[in-house]
Amino acid sequence: MIAAGPPVVVFDYGSGNIRSVARALTAAGCAVTVSDDLPTARSAAGLVVPGVGAFAACRAALREAGGDDLIRERYARGAAVLGICVGMQVMCEGSAEHADQRDSADVTGLGLLPGHLVRLTAPIVPHMGWNLIDPAPGSALFTDEPGQRYYFVHSYAVPWPPPAAADPPVADAHLRVTTADYGGRFIAAIESGPLAGTQFHPEKSGPAGVALLRRWRATL
Amino acid sequence: MTALAVRVIACLDVHDGRVVKGVRFRDLVDAGDPVASAGAYATAGADEVVFLDVSASRESRGTLLDTVAATAAEVGIPLTVGGGVRSVDDVDTLLRAGADKVSINTAAMADPLLLTRVADRFGCQVLVLSVDARRCARATGSGFEVTTHGGMRGTGVDALQWITEGERRGAGEILLNSMDADGTRDGFDLQLIRAARAVTSLPLIASGGAGEAGHFPPAVSAGADAVLAASVFHFGLLTIPEVKSALGAAGVSVRVLPATCH
Repeated sequence: MIAAGPPVVVFDYGSGNIRSVARALTAAGCAVTVSDDLPTARSAAGLVVPGVGAFAACRAALREAGGDDLIRERYARGAAVLGICVGMQVMCEGSAEHADQRDSADVTGLGLLPGHLVRLTAPIVPHMGWNLIDPAPGSALFTDEPGQRYYFVHSYAVPWPPPAAADPPVADAHLRVTTADYGGRFIAAIESGPLAGTQFHPEKSGPAGVALLRRWRATL
Repeated sequence: MTALAVRVIACLDVHDGRVVKGVRFRDLVDAGDPVASAGAYATAGADEVVFLDVSASRESRGTLLDTVAATAAEVGIPLTVGGGVRSVDDVDTLLRAGADKVSINTAAMADPLLLTRVADRFGCQVLVLSVDARRCARATGSGFEVTTHGGMRGTGVDALQWITEGERRGAGEILLNSMDADGTRDGFDLQLIRAARAVTSLPLIASGGAGEAGHFPPAVSAGADAVLAASVFHFGLLTIPEVKSALGAAGVSVRVLPATCH
C-alpha cells in the first residue's frame, strides 16, 4: 500500500478495536501500520495506543507487549503518543477499577499523565454516547467550534480539577486539559508535551473524530 | 437537560448479507447492501447502527462477518451486532470482525452465565442485553415477561427481574424491545420503558412501535437514553434528521451534524 502522510503505528498489544482506529487514522491522512513490533513502533512519527475493556487487563497486556518502555522512551525524547480510552487511562497515575470487583486495590498506571481514575457518579453508568467537551485553551486537538460532540463509552474517569485532598496542584505549564461533564467534570482529553490522550473514541466519532485525528497528525 | 445526547439508532435486519426490508435511500445504488445502507444512515446523522442477523444457518455466519468487517471499514460510528450470538467465541469473532458491541438475547436466557463470561472477557461496554418483553397473563411480578426466538416463545420469566439480573451479570446496556408495540407504529411502549427505567441504572435503548417523529420525545421522557427504529427508516417514512428535529424541539439534547454543502 502506498500511503502519504506521516508514518503512524497503531500498537497492537491485544486490546481494542484496532481496525476502526486504523481506518480513522488513514482517513485523517496518516500512513498507518498496525503492529506489535517494538522497533517499528519506536521509529514511527506517531504511536497510537488503543484500549478497551478493564484497566487492569489493558495494563497487563501493555506491559507484557513491552509497551511500558516503548511509551516512556518515546516520551523521554519527545516523540508523539496518542492514547485512546483505556490507552489514555494507563498513562495516568492509577485507577480504582479492578478486574474482579472484589478488592479495592488501586491499579497503578504509567504516571506520565496526572490523575487517578474513579468510577463515574452519574445516575446512568456507563457514560455511553455523544457528549460535548470544553476544549482546553491552546489545545492542538480541538477547535473552538461549539456544539461538537464525541463518542464516549466508559465507567471510570479522571475527575478534573483533581480532588483537593488527593493530588497536589499540577504545576505543568504545558498541560492542556479538555473536560466533559457527566455527573461531574472529568478529563475528556489531555495534552502534555508529546503525549496526548482522549477518553472518548475519535475513531467512533464520525467526521468530528477524523478531524481531531487530522489535527493530531498535524502535530507530528 | 443533560449535555449527553440522546442517541438515535438505526437498526438493519440482515439475512445472508442482504438487508431484508427494502431500504429506500435516494442515491443508493444497491438498497439491499447493508454496508451502503449503514453508511447512508451514518451520513444522515444516525448515532449508532445495529445489525440484527436474522439468518438461521451456520453458513450465513461467515457472510455476516464479511458484512461487519466491510461496514467497520466504512462507517465511523459505533456498530452493534446481534442475532444468533450463542457463545464467548461468537462474541470474540464479531468483535474481531469490527463490531463495537454485541447484543445477546435468547442464548442468555438459556445460559445466564454467558453474560458473565462475556463481560469478564471483553468488558461490559461491549455487552448489550437485548430483552424482548411483552405483557402476559401469567403471574410475573411486573406483568411483563421475556420472550425468545424473535418474540415467538414466552418464557414466563419476569422481564424486569431479568434486566436486573443482566445488569448484575455485567451487561453494559439494555436494548428493550416491546413485542406488544413492535410493528404497530402506534408509538413506543411508555409503560414498559418507565418500568425498566425504574429498575436499572444502565443505558436504556427503547425499541418497538415508532411510527412518527412525535413518538420519540415521549420515549425519552419515559426514561430512554437512546431510541431505536428499523422499519420506519427502512421504508423512508421517517428520516434521522426528522427524528432529531422532533427531539430537539422537545428540549432533548441531540447530536446535530455540522452543515455540509449539498
